[in-house]
Amino acid sequence: MLAYIVRRALYAIPILIGINLVTFALFFLVNTPDDMARMQLGVKRETPEAIEKWKAQRGYDRPLLWNAAAPGVKKLTETIFFAKSVRLFALDFGRAEDNRDIAREISTRMWPSLALALPVFLVGLAVNVTFALGMAFFRGSALDLWGVIVCVTLMSISTLFYIIGGQYLIAKLWRLVPISGYAGGLDAVRFLILPVIIGVVGGLGAGARLYRTLFLEEMGKDYVRTARAKGLAERVVMFRHVLKNAMIPILTGVVVVIPSLFLGSLITESFFGIPGLGSYTIDAIQAQDFAVVRVMVFIGSVLYILGLMLTDISYTLVDPRVRFD
Amino acid sequence: MPFLLPSDYLVWLLVFSVGAFAFYSGRRPHLAAPWARVFRGRAAMAASVVLCAYLLVGLLDSLHYRPKLPPAEPGAPAVYSVEVHSLLDRLLTPLRTHLEKTYSAPLATRLYQKEQLESADGGLRRDFPRLRYGGAHLENESERGRDIALRALAGGAVGLIAWIVCVALGRRTLVRRWPGAAWSSAAAALAVVLPLSGVAAGLATGYHVLGTDRVGTDVLYQALKSIRTSLVIGTLTTLVLLPLGVGAGIAAGYFKRRVDDAVQYVYTTLSSIPAVLLIAASVLMVQVYVDTHPALFPTSAQRADFRLLSLCAILGAVGWTSLARLVRGESLKLAELDYVQAAHAFGVTHTRVLARHILPNVAHIIVITLVLEFSSLVLAEAVLSYIGVGVDPSTISFGTMINAARLEMARDPMVWWSLAAAFVFMLALVLAANLFADAVRDGFDPRVRIGPAGGAGT
Repeated sequence: MLAYIVRRALYAIPILIGINLVTFALFFLVNTPDDMARMQLGVKRETPEAIEKWKAQRGYDRPLLWNAAAPGVKKLTETIFFAKSVRLFALDFGRAEDNRDIAREISTRMWPSLALALPVFLVGLAVNVTFALGMAFFRGSALDLWGVIVCVTLMSISTLFYIIGGQYLIAKLWRLVPISGYAGGLDAVRFLILPVIIGVVGGLGAGARLYRTLFLEEMGKDYVRTARAKGLAERVVMFRHVLKNAMIPILTGVVVVIPSLFLGSLITESFFGIPGLGSYTIDAIQAQDFAVVRVMVFIGSVLYILGLMLTDISYTLVDPRVRFD
Repeated sequence: MPFLLPSDYLVWLLVFSVGAFAFYSGRRPHLAAPWARVFRGRAAMAASVVLCAYLLVGLLDSLHYRPKLPPAEPGAPAVYSVEVHSLLDRLLTPLRTHLEKTYSAPLATRLYQKEQLESADGGLRRDFPRLRYGGAHLENESERGRDIALRALAGGAVGLIAWIVCVALGRRTLVRRWPGAAWSSAAAALAVVLPLSGVAAGLATGYHVLGTDRVGTDVLYQALKSIRTSLVIGTLTTLVLLPLGVGAGIAAGYFKRRVDDAVQYVYTTLSSIPAVLLIAASVLMVQVYVDTHPALFPTSAQRADFRLLSLCAILGAVGWTSLARLVRGESLKLAELDYVQAAHAFGVTHTRVLARHILPNVAHIIVITLVLEFSSLVLAEAVLSYIGVGVDPSTISFGTMINAARLEMARDPMVWWSLAAAFVFMLALVLAANLFADAVRDGFDPRVRIGPAGGAGT
């Protein structure tokens, strides 16, 4: 098992290097640091000296990939690529435009993100599975048909409308919870209820429909026919056999997003003013803070790759037919 | 003077290639039969009527020109405006030019905000002023209800007549040519679409049907203009996604070994980066490029168009990985089949095998993926524009509409009409696209047809 995990982790290294190269190309080759400086400084303050100063402050005044002027190993290390991209591997994220330490920001902001994303994930999974099971249980009936219609309609509504509608109805009209904001500790619950509900409802359509298909696929299998043939009640077949077996693809399918829960949700967080990583990223995008966006792209990818590894491991744990080698 | 934007050329190129593909499919049973199955579905037929209506608006909005300015003196050479209009703008000239001062509610005769007004006796009072265009023809505002009803009825009647004509014409031509399709539900959908558009058009002659926004633009006009943006993003993305996904997928599955390793490495790497972040980062970079190279874009329409196209390119470059994965899997299987092996034994070249045996047999995967992709792209546009990495702020799109309207929720009484318009227009488009995509998937996916749980995918 350990050997498998180690091997799986080694596979991730070339991909991480690839991601690093992609982000480097995106941020430094598509536009030169000079372009970025001009953009940030604006037309009025755009003088050669100002641009040089801007670049020097952020360490962009070095050559991109190869520093011919430096001695020895420094030919490689005294470059933007090494300073900005390779250092990401050592979790050295540098500073944002406002000179704050990005690593510190991330370590404080990931908790509110998790406090929102984890309940959405867990409650959402439970609700989706319940709905899907209900539709699969009453398959072919009017209930199933209308369930699917509701799912397709829910899928066709933009996330933005769920948030705007929820804020208007629950927070503004009925005044049940605050519209937006955040507080530490247990007070956070008041602020999190609405975004969690909206997150769950927003994911219901696509999730329930997908799981319904999985359940129906499972119900077409031979062992289900056997179970019915030996006279088991439909209820027992559903809960003891189909649910258990269908949960394998469902659970292994959702494992991949678990590490990414730390990233939070971009839109929901910024609408509700939750100081998590999602709103951090949005703010950075809107302020065109390239350093932060670059770091978030890298972290997001690392978490996703971690999720893929966990998925593979969970397969081997849940399904005895999958071997370690 | 015709002045087609680059995206116009691409839109029409796409229209012609879809037409060519339809012609090609019609003569090949393995593609014609699934399409016949798709159009036998009632929901799919109704959805395609709605999609056609959207498409018509989008295509009208994809023929741009620069209007001729009135000559300064007779006999002077013709001068063209720097403003770029589309055929749709021409049709909707009253909607486009009838600007109010600020917000007004749907079908209102008065402005949303109070102003200092001079009353008949010369004194000043604060009241809601009459609109410049909305209901301006009314002498007495108490006639408003009757007038609205009359115009709606007239418009609806015209719509109904148009419906009768369409059904009669369709019965003569389309139904005779393809008797199998679910024409009754197409007629039913048309019976909703045509009278509704008739009512809207009838009311638009004298009122702002969906109200006006903060700077007094007609919301109905904005909603209609947003359609092109959505369609362009939903379809032009294909032009990047398709060659990348199909090319890489087939190459990996057919040539295997090194090529396969390389392709797999590239798509695993790309798909490991969270899509929203990758898109956001790429769009930021395009923004920097546009801002630092102003000389390349002489008119604002060209700049907006470049940003729209680059958004499509970015969405395509980020989204091709899933298609490549599916195509690779299928071509891996196909490459091992007997007839492909036989072709190799006869000395048929790789190009010929790919063109004759592999490509036609992955066509169903391509069609399903592209149709399924459309609705998620339309939804993505709204979210991306909200974050500020979508279309150019000057481009009218559902995303920019929602973004502008969102801030007005706090007003009292609430300004709800922009949001409601964007909601209804988007829901109709995405819902129709989703229903159509489901039918396409069921029609083309061999597993759904043969499998024991016949309609599992519905």
